[in-house]
Amino acid sequence: MLKTMSMKSVLVSGAAALAIAGQAQAFEQSRSAECIAPANPGGGWDFTCRSVGKVLTDLDYIKGNVQTVNMAGAGGGVAFAHTVSKRADDEALIVAASTATTTRLAQGQFPGMNADQVKWVGTLGADYGVIAVGKDSEYTSLSQMMEALKADQGSVKFAGGSASGGWDHLKVLITAKEAQVENLPKIRYLAFSGGSEALVQVVGGHVDAFTGDISEVKGFMDSGDLRVLAVLSEERLPEPFDQIPTAMEQGISSVAPNWRGFYVPGEASQDSYDWWVNTVDELYKTQEWKDVMVKNGLMPFKKSGEEFTQFVKNQTLDIQILSKDIGLIR
Amino acid sequence: MGTIELLMQGFAVALSPESIMFALIGAILGTLIGALPGLGPANGVAILIPLAFSLGLSPTSSLILLTSVYAGAMYGGRISSILLNIPGDEPAMMTCLDGYPMALKGKAAEALATSAIASFIGSFIATIGLVILAPILAKFALKFGPAEYFALFALAFATLGGITGKNQFKTLIAAALGLMIATVGIDISSGVQRFTYNSLHLFEGIDFLIAIVGLFAISELFFFLEQHAGDGLKKVALNKLKLTAKDILFVMPASLRGALLGFVSGVLPGAGASLGSFVSYTLEKKVSDKGTFGKGDPRGVAAPEAGNNGAASGALVPMLTLGVPGSGTTAVLLAMLISLNVNPGPMLFQQSPDLVWGVIAALFVGNLVLLLLNIPMVGVFVKLLSIPPKYLMPIVTLIASVGIFSITGSAIDLYFMVGFGIMGYVLRKVEIPLVPVILGMLLGPEMEKNLRHALVLSDGDWTVLWSSGLSIGLWAVAAAGLILPMVFGSILRGKMKRSKDGLVD
Repeated sequence: MLKTMSMKSVLVSGAAALAIAGQAQAFEQSRSAECIAPANPGGGWDFTCRSVGKVLTDLDYIKGNVQTVNMAGAGGGVAFAHTVSKRADDEALIVAASTATTTRLAQGQFPGMNADQVKWVGTLGADYGVIAVGKDSEYTSLSQMMEALKADQGSVKFAGGSASGGWDHLKVLITAKEAQVENLPKIRYLAFSGGSEALVQVVGGHVDAFTGDISEVKGFMDSGDLRVLAVLSEERLPEPFDQIPTAMEQGISSVAPNWRGFYVPGEASQDSYDWWVNTVDELYKTQEWKDVMVKNGLMPFKKSGEEFTQFVKNQTLDIQILSKDIGLIR
Repeated sequence: MGTIELLMQGFAVALSPESIMFALIGAILGTLIGALPGLGPANGVAILIPLAFSLGLSPTSSLILLTSVYAGAMYGGRISSILLNIPGDEPAMMTCLDGYPMALKGKAAEALATSAIASFIGSFIATIGLVILAPILAKFALKFGPAEYFALFALAFATLGGITGKNQFKTLIAAALGLMIATVGIDISSGVQRFTYNSLHLFEGIDFLIAIVGLFAISELFFFLEQHAGDGLKKVALNKLKLTAKDILFVMPASLRGALLGFVSGVLPGAGASLGSFVSYTLEKKVSDKGTFGKGDPRGVAAPEAGNNGAASGALVPMLTLGVPGSGTTAVLLAMLISLNVNPGPMLFQQSPDLVWGVIAALFVGNLVLLLLNIPMVGVFVKLLSIPPKYLMPIVTLIASVGIFSITGSAIDLYFMVGFGIMGYVLRKVEIPLVPVILGMLLGPEMEKNLRHALVLSDGDWTVLWSSGLSIGLWAVAAAGLILPMVFGSILRGKMKRSKDGLVD
């Protein structure tokens, strides 16, 4: 009797042990999570956090809620430093990132920090770069504009919504470099505080060309005030942008996606990292997320886990080389 | 789409329960703030900006809340003018002239009601003016290149003296301080960090809102501390209101004239509400022959009140369409919009029509709310005047701290806020105006950017700055704006003061 009892308890405890082991394998995300948007409400990062947070809760990936915390400063640097130094092993934290993040990391604008200090989860779409001119411009194709730049680097002046050396500026330089334009630092770029401000100057005929993202140009494109010379994507974009030729078609292999994605703290466990990578993968395929993308003009762009980490490394390196070429960093 | 349709869409936004609630809260808080002597509309809006942030409001809701505060403060300014002969703010000074004598004759309730109606007419007409004029100005937008913008900002700086000041030199010091603070952070034209000492918190410069809340709200706290947080104002008895339709018709022409004059002086950069109320009053005195002005004529209450409320709405025209504030309060509103990622200026009308028209419609709704609030509930506001500041100031401080903390979630911003509070206290002690500091911070970087852009586009040729008709026109207005206040400003202030002194004697 006593023996059977102990046999039973051994069995019970064995089963319990198995159950615990099983649990350890399938990482259990905590009830609620936090998403840091490294900017004030209303911008792209804020949008990334809020829309992803909403879909995550709606589809029950997170039982509680995903709170968006706005942490503006240094173009994402304050949030990056916060994640590295104060939240290094927080497994319920994601931080919104984009090409602006890799650009600043590459140019050393987050002093003492680099891309290896965090884990890169994945992307959920992208906004592709465009180069456009006003309706009365003499240029009708990107190749024609690049020929003009080859002859005289100062002949076309560009307006964009990022600071000098920022992503909008780099798009012009990447394109010019691919088109074998020499003397890149001589290309004139006017920095505005936002894409819309830059667009008005181009549509108003004060500046020759606009460099920005496809999501910024729709209004003026529809009204006929703006001619988009090229979209910097590998293939033509879906409707209503399918009439815009890619740079590739015009013989210039310039591709510039401004991706939207996330990183998590560097010391978060492998299990929690895998959980986030899988979740982002699954989220990307859901109808709910597809609706968000259509509604907000996000284009397909999907990389995650190992592939994304490698992509971030390469992008950072490319930007570093280019920034050295134009003398922005030493 | 026509203006009317857009306005109707605006009403759809403004009449949602949420918007009406914020308009109501803003109207009540604004009236209260305007009524407290010393706390003008700029301070009122500055104190309540953090509230909008800590509640996490959308840009539209924030702007509806704060424009209602603004409109409410213009209404509230008259309460202490009439009852106590203490103007709540400078524009309300003219209301003392006939309002206080009316109160002395036992007609305080009539004076308050008359001024509420006149305020409503002033705001209403000026808002119609805003509806008509703003889209026309916004169409000019595409004509503004970097050179024209540079001239426009030069104009804004040239007219600073008119906005704020008795002492032009002190205005200059204040503006220079603002420009210096604005140079901290990344210089977007070259991508270089300036004065940031490798501190991440300084990379994007110093947030206007922190400066505004520190300079206006926290320095106010220091002043109260210094005065040992004295008692509230003495209690005033209020007679029962007897206002007939005939009385209202009697002040109607005065209100209409005041509203139009106020609107015009509000639209002109640098003129503002004080000028609006003064011109309206003096014109009314000249136009109406057998008046008893200065001895309690209701028209002498109606004209300046319609004038200063008209000017308050008029000042929104250059702020929304060109991104150039026409007054101290609109400068504060402008800073808030920029912090909410909304870029005021020509594109606002095309990019965020629901925001612009929602806010304009909210101004109509807010004014109606204010009128309804101010006639039956004026007794409540009169009672609120006697709340000792020692109960109010801790609330102000709490709202300010929570709000600033919720913008970035960083304690460093709180240190900055206190730092700006101390700076504001010192500046006010030596009578250096605060508004030019904010304007310097707001406009300085824009002016620099546009100058550099203009020169890049012209390949270094300076004549580009005055090579278009538009820029020449702007330079001419700037020159006038710089010189005229020097000549007429002192005459105007002298006259305002004399008419008030003459009354007391």
